[in-house]
Amino acid sequence: MQTNVLDYLITAAKKAPEKMAYSNGKEEMTFGEVYDRSRSVGTFLHKSGICKEPVIIFMEKHPKTIAAFYGVIFGGDYYIPVDVEMPENRIRLIFENVKSKMMICNADTMERAKELGFDGQIVDCDEICHTGVDEAALHTIYERTIDTDPIYIVFTSGSTGVPKGVTACHRSVIDYVEHLSEALSFDEDTVFGSQSPLYVDACLKELYPTLKFCASAYLIPKELFMFPVKLVEFLNEYKINTICWVVSALTMISAFGTFKTVTPKYLRLVAFVSEIFPIKEFHKWQEAAPDATFVNLYGPTEGTGVCCYYIVDREFEPGGVIPAGRPFRNTDILLLNDRNEEASSGEGGEICIRGTSLSLGYYNAPEKTAEVFVQNPLNPFYPELIYRTGDMGRWNERGELEFISRRDYQIKHMGHRIELGEIEANVNLLDEVRMTGCIYDKVKNKIVLYYVGDMEEGELAAALKEKLPRYMFPNRIIRLEQMPFTLNGKIDRVALKEMYEK
Amino acid sequence: MDKLIKILRGLHPEVDFENCEKLIDGKILDSFDIISIISEINEEFDVTISAEYIVPENFNSAKALYALIEKLEDED
Repeated sequence: MQTNVLDYLITAAKKAPEKMAYSNGKEEMTFGEVYDRSRSVGTFLHKSGICKEPVIIFMEKHPKTIAAFYGVIFGGDYYIPVDVEMPENRIRLIFENVKSKMMICNADTMERAKELGFDGQIVDCDEICHTGVDEAALHTIYERTIDTDPIYIVFTSGSTGVPKGVTACHRSVIDYVEHLSEALSFDEDTVFGSQSPLYVDACLKELYPTLKFCASAYLIPKELFMFPVKLVEFLNEYKINTICWVVSALTMISAFGTFKTVTPKYLRLVAFVSEIFPIKEFHKWQEAAPDATFVNLYGPTEGTGVCCYYIVDREFEPGGVIPAGRPFRNTDILLLNDRNEEASSGEGGEICIRGTSLSLGYYNAPEKTAEVFVQNPLNPFYPELIYRTGDMGRWNERGELEFISRRDYQIKHMGHRIELGEIEANVNLLDEVRMTGCIYDKVKNKIVLYYVGDMEEGELAAALKEKLPRYMFPNRIIRLEQMPFTLNGKIDRVALKEMYEK
Repeated sequence: MDKLIKILRGLHPEVDFENCEKLIDGKILDSFDIISIISEINEEFDVTISAEYIVPENFNSAKALYALIEKLEDED
């Protein structure tokens, strides 16, 4: 039984050392190169005395970044990919949480890295990759690793304003990669076109299956997601046949009539994730890629990647909902009602995940972890954790899981998971702001921020850019004389919504 | 032009849209913005910017974008 994700890489480097593994369209790396480079990085970490430690990776979307990830694992450590465009404040919160001693960056990001007040050592990946490999040391690290050791931490939005570091281990990632691959039938001819940034767990879908099958993955430059015709041309140029994208990236292409100019020629699998796919746009995709299989994926970062899938096998009418389907093999979904009992058929309940694919929890945050990684209430007999997603769902008459809504103020905006509370917490940090309330316009996909305070909208926007990542930035900022309140004194988001709709 | 500047300001109140000529190259606008801008232009000017026109050249300055709107209005 495989207990280390590196076995995927070790096998691939033996089987197909010369084959291209990862490319961004300009620069590429073979499996052999990825292997050699990551072994050097691992040796460097070992020599630096960094073992079982969190290592920050501060690099752009590039094949070398992926080699750095694997290098960290070879060193017996776990990687923390950080968005290089993230505002300094938020990066500092992450540093405080993980207390890392080592950060790996490259020439492009070195300058910014040095400005972040990082306590540990900062190294350039293009320098440490020349470290001579210490085979014996790496072998010992490999031998002593167990499958519940962590391999990465990715940070996700937290409602109190502090991001939460979801920590995953070898075992949860292997379980995910195996069962995702089985369900979606990846193989050695798979050519992935990866949309997701490398600092979210969504990139697991391409990273590890590429190794497992000696397939290939193109990391699509994020600028292309502004220009739909160029994006489809990129897919065609590299004969990309498999895409697993957030819905907003797909609808950006279809809604602007791109298919009148160019259609994807090689797609055989289109998987979509993270939001509801509007059926009108979905139909355009089916028409443009008639030979492709379409798959809906569902699941939170805490469950490692995604946990449910539905292969589209029937027609959907406009206004219909494509279900989340069923869990991957070796994962189970429970729907729990308000009384913590299993919801009856058709009744809504909170979607809870059970299985090996559960991540280890939030890093250095035992209280937050204990709130949502809880004992299975249906099992009082032995310890068994489930993850409470906060998503409401129901089983439809076909036995498929359907997503209904969120229980709280978490939203999905352009594929990103955001707590409206985190936006509000950051606005409240501004001295001039007295009160703030954030709502989400689901129809137009806009984050709308209301506030009361002594600063102009423009000033607030400028100040907020220092604090929030780009994808959390409000699309509308509106100053109010007075904030509406509910009877028990809370900011009345329903009233804000009504105000906005007028 | 004023209407367009107002739309752009709504997204980035701190940017000098009258004079900036590298809204894309300078990474001021991103994919979130492009989508909002196109949908608001559609509402305000009643013109549809289809995919073939969504290229960096047309979005690098307010002037270029306005020229595109005028061109599309003429075609209608």
